[in-house]
Amino acid sequence: MGNIKFSVEFSGGLQDLFGQKKIPIPSDKNEDQIQLPKLLPGESLKLKHVIDGLAAKLKGRNAKLKLFVQGDKGFYEVTPGILVLINDSDWELEGEYEYEIQSGDQVLFVSTLHGG
Amino acid sequence: MPPSPCVLCKTNRAVILRPKDHSKLCKPCFLSVFETEIHHTITSNHLFQRGEKIAIGASGGKDSTVLASVLKTLNGRYDYGVELVLLSIDEGIKGYRDDSLETVKRNAKQYDMPLTILGYDELYGWTMDQVVEQVGKKGNCTYCGVFRRQALDRGAARLGVRHVVTGHNADDVAETVLMNLLRGDLPRLSRTTSIVTSTPSAISTDPNSHTNIKRSKPLKYAYEKEIVLYAHHKNLDYFSTECIYSPEAFRGSARALIKNLERVRPSAILDVVRSGEDMAKLVLSSDEGCEGACASTIPAAEEEVDGCGSVNGRSVGGEMASMEQRLAQNEVVAEQDLEVEMTINHGSGQRHDEHDSGTTLRKPGKKRGGKEKRGQAFLPKKTQKQVMGQCKKCGYLSSQEICKACVLLEGLNKSRPKNGIELGYEADTHRIANGVNDLQMQVD
Ligand SMILES: [Zn+2]
Ligand SMILES: [Zn+2]
Repeated sequence: MGNIKFSVEFSGGLQDLFGQKKIPIPSDKNEDQIQLPKLLPGESLKLKHVIDGLAAKLKGRNAKLKLFVQGDKGFYEVTPGILVLINDSDWELEGEYEYEIQSGDQVLFVSTLHGG
Repeated sequence: MPPSPCVLCKTNRAVILRPKDHSKLCKPCFLSVFETEIHHTITSNHLFQRGEKIAIGASGGKDSTVLASVLKTLNGRYDYGVELVLLSIDEGIKGYRDDSLETVKRNAKQYDMPLTILGYDELYGWTMDQVVEQVGKKGNCTYCGVFRRQALDRGAARLGVRHVVTGHNADDVAETVLMNLLRGDLPRLSRTTSIVTSTPSAISTDPNSHTNIKRSKPLKYAYEKEIVLYAHHKNLDYFSTECIYSPEAFRGSARALIKNLERVRPSAILDVVRSGEDMAKLVLSSDEGCEGACASTIPAAEEEVDGCGSVNGRSVGGEMASMEQRLAQNEVVAEQDLEVEMTINHGSGQRHDEHDSGTTLRKPGKKRGGKEKRGQAFLPKKTQKQVMGQCKKCGYLSSQEICKACVLLEGLNKSRPKNGIELGYEADTHRIANGVNDLQMQVD
């Protein structure tokens, strides 16, 4: 996975949660680096890994974490009300958590929960 | 996952999964379907009249931005012949509205619509920051909400506009339906599900009075998800932030419940909206025997609970508690009076045997309370004011002599510090100079 380059973006209020609108992965800024899990040989990077990595950035800030993910089942689920678009396509059409990240992908998290 | 084709054009790749029916659409087909459905909502409910001037309640947020964009498109495409203007309210919370008002200003240019921004200070003599300074952070949502409910109407009256459209979407309506259901408040439920609310014209003698303003929700059947997707795919310029005075816990829970339901069963949101409408018909027809025909236009008055503005279910201390209590009492009376007033409006009988509660569903032709109540069952209420009138201070539609906003203002103005009083007079003079006599602030 070392050569996969993609980006995650935030809008609808989530940009405030992460302090920015766009994080390239890998990032050249150390503080933006997202901790992705070590994959087994032959295992591919999936969206769920990216979500785990993003959630880890909010660790220790529980109120904020809950605005992004909820995890009472032993794994993280994106908080209801957040839309996930992969290259502008609804993630439900792309396999959701199991989607395999490709180089050049743009993953966008949009909150629908903020004021109208 | 292999890409699926759009079910409409069968050519492009589908990128949208519609929550209401699971259909898969490409971007151009989605944009067109979304607009067409709102057009259908507008025409089938006869929301607009040719020649009408309509103010869009604009916050710079996703809903009102999408509403402005779509109405602009539809007014051109289908030649509604309506004049659209933007109306924004500035609560006067330092820093909070700056960005959203900048967004509205850009929207005004993008959609070529005139924009008016009115501040709480202009409308009420108090900014929210001043209110918070006065009453503290606890309970300020009450003020914000009560003031906000009247602000658009007051603003519209000032612009000479008789119709205000707001960006309330299906999720908002479903949330309100649930909240009222959970509170056991069916009369209020029936008012909040209505696509058009208006303050009854029978009451007002002054044609320019803001008691005559019609409110409608063209996005009532639009999913929040699709509104966000529409804004995204149309590259609309909108602003998102949280109200720094966050919503009460009860509303937050209702919202979370709706979002959780949507995940399991996406059609649930519209189903809740439709259930709300059906229950509303039951409540109204049992009240009036109007068979729900009158369900489309009902008085809004002070009943609409909006955003962070709910006055219910909050716990506050000290002075606020008594204020809350006073408001709560007003509300109970308001419920009863509103029912009376609705009966008068629709011309049928006076079946108001329930004095103690405005929250009970009436069944047609069935007298409740058993025999002992029968004798008085059809007597009109004499102990309470019967007619929805105008606030003596500001003229706003109210079941009370003094409307909620004026009650709150009275409290605020009483305790206003010396230099604050002078400021208040300045604001007053300014307002009167503007020809708006909607507030006679009491500084006693
Ligand atoms: Zn298509
Ligand atoms: Zn008043």
